[in-house]
Amino acid sequence: MSGNRSLVPLASLSAERSDLLARLLDGLNPTELQWLSGYVAGLAAGGTSSREPAPVAHVVPSLAPLASPLTVVYGTQTGNSRALAERIKQRTEAAGLPVRIFRASDYPLKELKEERVLYVVISTQGDGDPPDDARAFFDFVRGKRAPQLPNLRFSVLGLGDSSYPKYCYISRIIDERFAELGGKRLFARGECDVDFEKPASAWVDEALEHVKRELEQQSGLAPVTPIRVAASSVSTRDHPFTAAVLANQRITGRNAQKDVRHVELSLEGSGLSYQPGDSLGVWPVNPQWLAESILKATSLDGSAPVARDGQSHPLQHWLTRELEITRLSRPFILAHAERSKDAAFKELVGNADKVQALLASHQVVDLVQQHPATWSAAELVSSLRRLTPRLYSIASSQKRTPDEVHLTVARVEYDSFGSRHVGTASDYLALQRPDEGSVRVFVEHNDRFHLPRDPLVDVIMVGPGTGVAPFRAFVQDRQESGAKGRNWLFFGDQQFRHTFLYQVEWQDALKKGALTRLDLAFSRDQERKIYVQHRMLEKGADLYAWLEGGAYVYVCGDSKRMAPDVEEALLQIAMQHGKKDRDGAQEWLDGLREQQRYLRDVY
Amino acid sequence: MSKALSDVERIKAQSNRLRGTLTESLNNPVTGSIAPDDTTVIKFHGSYQQDDRDIREERRLQKLEPDYSFMIRTRLPGGVCTPAQWLALDALSQKYANGTLRLTTRQAFQLHGVVKTDLKQTMQGINAALIDTLAACGDVNRNVLCNPNPVDSRVHAEVYDWSVKLSEHLLPKTRAYYEVWLGEEKVGGGEEEPILRDTYLPRKFKTAIAVPPHNDVDVFAHDLGFIAILEGGKLVGFNVTVGGGMGATHGDDTTFPRLADVIGFCTPDQLLQVAENVVKIQRDFGDRSARKNSRLKYTIENRGIGWFMDALESRLEWKLGAARAYSFDHNGDRFGWVEGHDGKWHLTLYVDSGRVADRPGSAYLTGLREIACIHKGDLRLTANQNLIIAGVAAAERPQIDALVEKHGLGAFRTSTPLRLNALACVALPTCALAMAEAERYLPDFLTKVEQRLTVHGLTDTRIHLRITGCPNGCARPYLAEVALVGKGPGRYNLFIGGDTRGERLNVLFKENVDEQGALDALEPLLAAYGKLRQAKEPFGDFLVRSALVPAATRPTTVRRALQQV
Repeated sequence: MSGNRSLVPLASLSAERSDLLARLLDGLNPTELQWLSGYVAGLAAGGTSSREPAPVAHVVPSLAPLASPLTVVYGTQTGNSRALAERIKQRTEAAGLPVRIFRASDYPLKELKEERVLYVVISTQGDGDPPDDARAFFDFVRGKRAPQLPNLRFSVLGLGDSSYPKYCYISRIIDERFAELGGKRLFARGECDVDFEKPASAWVDEALEHVKRELEQQSGLAPVTPIRVAASSVSTRDHPFTAAVLANQRITGRNAQKDVRHVELSLEGSGLSYQPGDSLGVWPVNPQWLAESILKATSLDGSAPVARDGQSHPLQHWLTRELEITRLSRPFILAHAERSKDAAFKELVGNADKVQALLASHQVVDLVQQHPATWSAAELVSSLRRLTPRLYSIASSQKRTPDEVHLTVARVEYDSFGSRHVGTASDYLALQRPDEGSVRVFVEHNDRFHLPRDPLVDVIMVGPGTGVAPFRAFVQDRQESGAKGRNWLFFGDQQFRHTFLYQVEWQDALKKGALTRLDLAFSRDQERKIYVQHRMLEKGADLYAWLEGGAYVYVCGDSKRMAPDVEEALLQIAMQHGKKDRDGAQEWLDGLREQQRYLRDVY
Repeated sequence: MSKALSDVERIKAQSNRLRGTLTESLNNPVTGSIAPDDTTVIKFHGSYQQDDRDIREERRLQKLEPDYSFMIRTRLPGGVCTPAQWLALDALSQKYANGTLRLTTRQAFQLHGVVKTDLKQTMQGINAALIDTLAACGDVNRNVLCNPNPVDSRVHAEVYDWSVKLSEHLLPKTRAYYEVWLGEEKVGGGEEEPILRDTYLPRKFKTAIAVPPHNDVDVFAHDLGFIAILEGGKLVGFNVTVGGGMGATHGDDTTFPRLADVIGFCTPDQLLQVAENVVKIQRDFGDRSARKNSRLKYTIENRGIGWFMDALESRLEWKLGAARAYSFDHNGDRFGWVEGHDGKWHLTLYVDSGRVADRPGSAYLTGLREIACIHKGDLRLTANQNLIIAGVAAAERPQIDALVEKHGLGAFRTSTPLRLNALACVALPTCALAMAEAERYLPDFLTKVEQRLTVHGLTDTRIHLRITGCPNGCARPYLAEVALVGKGPGRYNLFIGGDTRGERLNVLFKENVDEQGALDALEPLLAAYGKLRQAKEPFGDFLVRSALVPAATRPTTVRRALQQV
């Protein structure tokens, strides 16, 4: 993460090209730089050696700022919105049109009223919250201070999860609000479910068409011929790396009610690099027995070939490797009801609350078993969502284990309706055998959850349960780099004896000074439930002093209850120890967020 | 003594009268253990830090520290408690410990598996029941034993009373115990310790009172012992014994079990003075460098019993009387109902290895809880890990009998004599010293020996068999007719040739044998015993008479010219 790369210009490079190169290199991470050096070397050697078809990309035709480029703003929690926004940017650039891209938190809000063409790509979290990086943006747009936007042409792409009631809520509010402020919709808002690729691609295509029309009209510029850029040799979501499993160790005691695994994967030869705070995407495989249960309940033949999206696989393969069969979706419930003769069930799906309850309690197999319906293999395949990779916060630092990546995985396994139920990815990982298994993975960078660049800055980490994973990486990283800033961890779980994740490592870190303070909350060790936020409140004076001294506070873990409770604790602490009223405390916390000192990775 | 003091001496000296950093250790939330030095200090408070050794490796892989918990041992002179106290300890065990009670070979209760965060509440609960745990472990005089069920029942109250007084007389005077556990206001340390001084004793110190003809307390296995001398049903005084002890270390010839010497006689009112001065001699002359050689038995062995007597009598400023005649007929318990002189009845129940637990077919925990609820007398723990329901009016016997029947507590009637007299220490998984199984293994091993006894027509013989998980001797193995002393997992040293009176040490017969090795070694001896024994001849005596084992040491009675006058 070197901040200042000085460019030594080659004598043979024109000032313009030198400038271009500088722009190209600015902000690239080491992986990207490494890739680029290989790519350029490959070009020099007379062609690319990539296995992938070389996509067309990028480089802005002119450095002279255009009056009104396309602006793309994204708000993201897991990186999908960013990836899509980047795609729009690249394709716009490839089309030779000017474009600027902002993470919502970095977007200069006062420029909103000047925008001519604006695309917003934004996800909705949990029960209708914006992603952390888009809070200020969202509040501004929705709020009284938002300007009239008579000149704006816009469109919004929403990402979400249809198993939540406020599906794509944030994108809808922004879309409606822009229109209310006088903006003109270029084309209809897009909505993407967890299985986002197909609708997102369609929306991006449409966005390109519109932006071409709008900007070419504006400027009359002809697109320049883009240069060829090879695809990255580094693994990505769509081209994951196959990582060997080095270890799969249960790290909860035998009397624990949960099975939490410490999984170590080899990255040797992958060229993958990550920072503490980044996530690892894991492509899971559904359990064979579960696919078979679905086949049995639907009386379908697993060996029958079925085509979808230009691919053909046996049904069995679709169910285990391509489609989501543990998570239900709203559209699938409706499609299933259509095919069912179960009148009561058909009536039930008309009730939103009941559908919501169904989503929370049922898996696909439960539905097909409890409410039989007639499916054809092709219909079933086209009605189920695409299997999506699961993101796990990385629990290791490459400074300590350069060729490894470690995960902390809570195995989801329970009995329901008389049969065993599992979470696809956690079960898949928990069943991996060390030195035998392998897992398809990719790194998902999370710029908004990285350690402070300044090694002297103090860090407060709140990570109950498996939320502690990134903090293992943080502490390892700061220990290895000799960072002098203090590190304070709040950890909590059910019982001290059985679920104190990485206990001996924390003890060792305390002994060595790598961890300055450790406060623990074990909810089931006493009558009264004690959680991390209670420990934070108890230590409120110190905690406030750390924050006033410039500390960063990181929160990782459950988004539904823990994260709001921790946020409330921070507000209470500011009120009590900072002598602020509630608004003042809120302002203080917003300030921390804006300074990117209050960072969350919650799910 | 030029040798460096053992580290435990440093810990004691720096402990600020046994406070150490216990309070800080108890408040450290990051570990279930206490600071290393505090693991020594806490022993003086009646507790050991332990961990579940069965899952130590499993937890290491799980990146979890060992599953630490604490054993708490009560100080219960003479093993006597009230039914209310029994119920209190039972309830504490259900709430904070592993749900069982362990009756020890030194007439104490042990609670196992109390986690650090529950220690204080458990200690407070025990004290609320008017029992303490002070000096139940550590380098002090520990729980004082006395015969809980003498044949001449008239003296029990008196002898028991002396055991209580003796125990209290030798207790540390520090307030640390009350500050750490019971929230007493701090006096800050520096209390006077007139008997124990700054660094307490060099090593543990064990005291017992026997009432002939029974030697159930194994008086010769103790640092200090008193043998009650009765005349016409009245206690006239005690023979004094010193320098007994069981502990040894494998492969170290400087360590050995030793029977106490009988050094003379004192009257009851002289007992505390004698005890205090024996303790003071050990305090001043015991080895504080090598803890393996610190017990009083080595002090006496190294300096001679004559030196010891001179030292004692010069401190007493009077001479002990000549030892009186006494005789022991056995060191087991008297099972079943016996009637006392006052017409009250005492029922001795067999408790398998002293472990009070509910098992299929024998619900000792539940059964004894129900008995404690209706019982009006007291309950007495024996030095053989059994339990006496004492002081039952004749009219109330049927009620007790019914509960014994209902809950399957009748093993004292149905078990073989071998089983009834067998002892085992706790050993694995909690004891840190254990090298092999003991309590958990005893029932299986007994079954196998019983099969051999049946073959040789010996089912009704009362062979004393004891198993310990290490050579330190908690179940007094070196006095048994047959003993297994743990050497490694599944491996034991086999000792044979003790007697059934606690008066003769056994000898090492086979080293490092597994179960089959032990059974094979015993087989020809049992076969010969079955064929050649004389009427009522115990197994150990048979072995000695047949010269199958060398006659080992017996307790020595020290006689000096002056006393023979």
